[in-house]
Amino acid sequence: MSGDLRSGRIVIVGASLAGLRAAEALRDEGFTGSLTLVGDEPHLPYDRPPLSKQVLLGRARAEECGLPARRALQARWRLGVGAVGVDTAGKRVLLADGEQVPYDRLLIATGTRARPWPDPGEAALDGVFTVRTVGDASRLAERLDAGPRRVLVIGAGFTGSEIASACRERGLAVTVAERGRAPLIGALGGTVGAWATKLQLAHGVDLRCGVTVSALKGENGRLTGAEFSDGSRIDADVAVVALGAVRNTEWLADSGLAAGPRGVACDAGCRVFDMYGIVSDDVFVAGDVARFPHPLFEYQLIALEHWGNAVAQAEVAAHNMVSSGPHRRPHLSVPAFWSSQFGLNIKSVGVPTFSDQVVIAQGAPEERRLVAVYGYRGRVTAAVAVNRAKWLEHYQRLIETAAPFPPGPGAADFVDGSEPVPSDVPDPRVLSHGPTVALTGHLPDRRLTLLRPGG
Amino acid sequence: MRVVVDLNRCQGYAQCAFLAPRVFELHGDEALLYTPAVPAEQHERVLRAAAACPVQAIVVGEQAGAAGVR
Ligand SMILES: Cc1cc2nc3c(=O)[nH]c(=O)nc-3n(C[C@H](O)[C@H](O)[C@H](O)COP(=O)(O)OP(=O)(O)OC[C@H]3O[C@@H](n4cnc5c(N)ncnc54)[C@H](O)[C@@H]3O)c2cc1C
Ligand code: SF4
Repeated sequence: MSGDLRSGRIVIVGASLAGLRAAEALRDEGFTGSLTLVGDEPHLPYDRPPLSKQVLLGRARAEECGLPARRALQARWRLGVGAVGVDTAGKRVLLADGEQVPYDRLLIATGTRARPWPDPGEAALDGVFTVRTVGDASRLAERLDAGPRRVLVIGAGFTGSEIASACRERGLAVTVAERGRAPLIGALGGTVGAWATKLQLAHGVDLRCGVTVSALKGENGRLTGAEFSDGSRIDADVAVVALGAVRNTEWLADSGLAAGPRGVACDAGCRVFDMYGIVSDDVFVAGDVARFPHPLFEYQLIALEHWGNAVAQAEVAAHNMVSSGPHRRPHLSVPAFWSSQFGLNIKSVGVPTFSDQVVIAQGAPEERRLVAVYGYRGRVTAAVAVNRAKWLEHYQRLIETAAPFPPGPGAADFVDGSEPVPSDVPDPRVLSHGPTVALTGHLPDRRLTLLRPGG
Repeated sequence: MRVVVDLNRCQGYAQCAFLAPRVFELHGDEALLYTPAVPAEQHERVLRAAAACPVQAIVVGEQAGAAGVR
């Protein structure tokens, strides 16, 4: 049976991290059939995390962030052309140039794109940027090299905070505007958000929370400044829009698959549901565009915009594309991500937004190191470490074993007098930045549905 | 040659930064920054760093999709 599955035609749409790692895993697993990678970007696969870090710090060029090959693929690469549809009955992918690519099994790995500034006229001003692609980062880095007088960062999620950090490190004046109460609050809740507020202020960021940018101002097509909802205004010659991501699912609109603004829904084995909720055997999904059930989080469909998830899910999808029934594996890895900003290493395991309480387990908010542990209904569901990466393995085990929250002392050098407090994860609608972990299922007592921004 | 580090795995012990300081560098106490495109004269060092990483977090290879590995 699985002999058949090791041959035939596999098409992967999206030639970035998830697509590449799936292709490599397919060959590792003994797939000998034809392999086609379709990608709408003209570039060979590259890594995005450095785009808001090394590249903006001027330590690497955006064009030099290509991903290394783990092995040779013997694949057909169709780059610079997007898929515009899929005919699941006829089993073919339709490309923008008219080509139809037949498949036996299809992997969807089209990821996300930067959410654009809602006003197209203002977005088109010279000096307004987003950061998702090589081109984006390359243009922004060039502009930062030129020494702008002030950079406005709109949205204080991870990407926005990293951009602000890079600018400050380069000595540039930075204003950060965030509609929520604090930076990172959408992904990490109020306690770490309050800590991140102090961090940004200590690094000289002009941080403005609880406000929205009501207009970007320009003159002769060039950005000159911005106006805020509280009536204040600033002069700025660069604005970086960091309002989170939009899932690339439009091309699947007529496919009959369960694809929409929240992503492409699949089972724990990465098999895509059709619009009736029936799982398919020949269409799979992995990476930022996927939403999948996770048993540690009550089988809610979660969407993770994390590097590690793209890698792990791609490997599971690839395995299941060449394996039959009982040999298939679930995608169960505990979510994890990192960010580096203001010289600090921030790492997370579990899903901090899946929580009702949080406790500072190590360090203190005033220090440049910290471990925050999150719980939901009396069990540990996540931990976030700042310059304390070595501890995360420990907390990962607590998450995997549904250990009681708050975790006992002994587990860590508990901070005296530190008591659990509400984790204070806001409704995503009040944030400027989309949280990078979105629980898109429903809990009876909470509203955690990812919504498209109201503007 | 290209390099990518799985920073979920990386423990910041900095062996790589000792072996190939022009490619791997700690930023602050723990945050690893690296140069994704490895200059030719650093190949040897980077291969040694990848082998020495205690958690095998460093992946080294030709640019994915380039002629030899297409
Ligand atoms: C600036 C930045 C910093 C980041 N930093 C971190 C970090 O520090 N830590 C972390 O864990 N994660 C980070 N991430 C997230 C990480 O990069 C993503 O999780 C990862 O790129 C997801 O890979 P993917 O292959 O699923 O999707 P993507 O990388 O989004 O790739 C999808 C590809 O599909 C293409 N595509 C879309 N539609 C079509 C179509 N119709 N036809 C053909 N091709 C199509 C896209 O153009 C793209 O090339 C960062 C992301 C960015 C942008
Ligand atoms: S040797 Fe490995 S674990 Fe240590 S800093 Fe380098 S990549 Fe990280």
